Parts: sequence; structure tokens; C-alpha cells
Amino acid sequence: MYDKGKVLIGLAIFLVLALSVVGYNMTAGDNKKPEPEKPKGYTACVKSTDYMKSSHMVLLNEWRDEVIREGKREMVKTPEGIMVEKSLQNGCMHCHTSKVKFCDRCHEYASVKPYCWDCHLAPVEPADGKEAI
Amino acid sequence: MDNTRRKFLKLAGLTAAAGVAAPMLGSKALAAGGGHGAPAAAGGHHEEVPSGVRYGLVIDTGKFNDNPGLAERCQKVCHDYHNVPKFNNSKDEIKWIWTDKFANVFPEKSHYKKDERLNAMNILALCNHCDNPPCVRACPTKATFKNADGAVMMDFHRCIGCRFCMAACPYGARSFNWRSPRGSEDGKPFIEKYNHRFPSRMRGVVEKCSLCSWRTKQGKDPLCVEEANKGVEGAMVFGDLNDPNSEISHVLRKRFTIQRKPSLGTKPSIFYII
Repeated sequence: MYDKGKVLIGLAIFLVLALSVVGYNMTAGDNKKPEPEKPKGYTACVKSTDYMKSSHMVLLNEWRDEVIREGKREMVKTPEGIMVEKSLQNGCMHCHTSKVKFCDRCHEYASVKPYCWDCHLAPVEPADGKEAI
Repeated sequence: MDNTRRKFLKLAGLTAAAGVAAPMLGSKALAAGGGHGAPAAAGGHHEEVPSGVRYGLVIDTGKFNDNPGLAERCQKVCHDYHNVPKFNNSKDEIKWIWTDKFANVFPEKSHYKKDERLNAMNILALCNHCDNPPCVRACPTKATFKNADGAVMMDFHRCIGCRFCMAACPYGARSFNWRSPRGSEDGKPFIEKYNHRFPSRMRGVVEKCSLCSWRTKQGKDPLCVEEANKGVEGAMVFGDLNDPNSEISHVLRKRFTIQRKPSLGTKPSIFYII
């Protein structure tokens, strides 16, 4: 092998650079699991927690089509017997009173930027830097 | 040699004859079977067997005329609830319900020498929730559609802002958000006070009256009707046009009413007592 020394040094530099990204992510910064603040006084949502975690966006789309297109505006019952309006603003955010402390926690962690709030109005956040309109 | 020429000419003649005859036959069959001829000359006012619910409105313009400010209050209630932005420019204006002169609301009825009362009147106008809505046919994404109650609805999520519906609507009932409704101009926000029960819209979306379908489903009157009747009882009557026993059907049987541009065949659900 020609230029063995140079090749090995180059390889070493490459490995250090490539792995440094992974290493940085593992050690520095907060890489903790996001913890959205759940509403107090409630134990269950309209569907199971697992379903809501993975597929709340599917449910929202279904609600949208049912309400607007099919006129099925009847309320949904939670296991606790609470009637929930099929609505992001008047249903979900009725219990989950903070977008910043609930929606944003996971969305920011996962770096997803849903466009719900381009039109829908988030609840007013009390004395929080972020203005909710 | 002669023989082949004769054969060739015969064949060519037959082919030409077949070529001329085929489209004629075809068009005959089309004329006999096609149901898409010109509409009936009567202009969209033929009686049909009604089916299902079809909500409609009767607006008593006389009562609005006798109560100045009532129409404006109706507009305010609607626009405040639905977060309708106020762009300070008439070209960008967003309107779900508005007032206009008689000649503009009823251009077909602009005859010579109208009386002063009619000329001075400000007439309330809104989406006609047509039974045969041209906007719905024009929409390429089905963002606008007719719901089971006869209201012409918008799914703002699906609107791509092509404005075909605005070109199709003969009543000017649709408005386009040229600017973001959440923005502001000279420090003044376009939506002064947000109603957190209803969404706003975003830039590039068309919006219009939805006949308060979220209320009518609960058996309530639309907001404008509720506000109008708070001012004067019977200024606006809302109900099912297909139900012969509804109040609106009763009013329509007893009173002379007109519609906006009925000759277009859109079959509006809004009626006016002049």
C-alpha cells in the first residue's frame, strides 16, 4: 500500500468528523423524550393514548371531513363520559388549553410544522412570551 | 391492368362514401340520445319535486329600510363571529353579507323611472346558496360543495385560491384573501378582535357565507337572521323551502317575492320582499 500513513490519517480525520455529529447528539443538548403537559382533571382522551400519539392527525382529518362535508356534527364521548365537540379549537383545545405546553412540545422535538395554526386560533397563552392569535 | 384500376376506383369510391356517411349517422344518434341540449326556455323556474332539506331565507327589504342600521348590525354580528378581516381597500374587501343599492343587487330589474324609495334602498345581499350553484361546478378541488341542507359550503383546507368560483358566481358573494387576514396595516390589525370559537383564514383562500351551518345543525337560525329578528320581527325568515308547513314556505305562498338574477337558472334560495 502506497502512502499508508497519509491514508490512515485521512481516514481517522474522516471518522472523527462523521462520528462527532452522533456523539454531539448523544451527549450535548437536551435529547430527552418530550413531555407534553396533559390537562389536569382528565384521565382519558376520545381515543386511547397510543392512538392519539400516533394518529391524532388522522382523527383530525376525519373529523374535518365528517363535520364540514357530511354534516355529522354530533359530539364525541370520552371514556369519562365527557362530550367533546369534533373541533380543533372548540374540542381538543377545550381540555388541552395550551398549544405551547402541549402541541408544540412534541412537534418541536420531532421538527414537524403542522399548518393548523395558519388559520385555526390557538388558545391565548397566559403571560407567556409567545403570543397566540 | 385495367381490371386493377377498376377495382381500385370502386374501393376508393366506397371508402369515400363510408367516410361521409359515418359522421352523419353518428351525429343523428347523438342528437337522438344526448340529454344535454339547451335548457328549457322558461329559465330555471320549472317546478321540481323537492327532496330533502333545502334551507332558504326571505329578506323583507321594507323592514330593513324602515330600520336604518339593522342591516349593518347583521353584517357586524356575522363578520365579528367569523373573523372576517377588514382590509382598508374596497378592491380587497372580504364580505360574507353586505348591503348594496337596488340597481346593483337586482340589475335585471333596473327599469326606467324607478321610485325614490327603491333607488334609496340599501339591500342586504349574501350568498344565494343556489340549488344549481355555478361556483361548485367551477371548483377544481371540490373545496366548495353543496351540503345536505342545501347550503353551499367551503372547505377552506382544500381551497387552492384559483378563484374560478369567484368568476363563476353571478352574485359577487365570494371574496379572496389577497393579503394575510392575520396581518396589519399602519399598526391596525385586519381582524381587530379574534373570536376563538371560529378559525380565521390564510392568504390565498376564498371565503363566503356558509349559512351558519354550524348553527342550523343545532336548530338555531343563522346569526344574521337572529340579529335581524331581534330588531324587527320578521325582517328575515329562515327555514326549509321543501317543507310546505315551514314558516318560510308560508311567507313565500302569501307574499310576492323576487330573486336575484333568476333567469340565469341558478335557482337561488334567498328571496326578497320589496
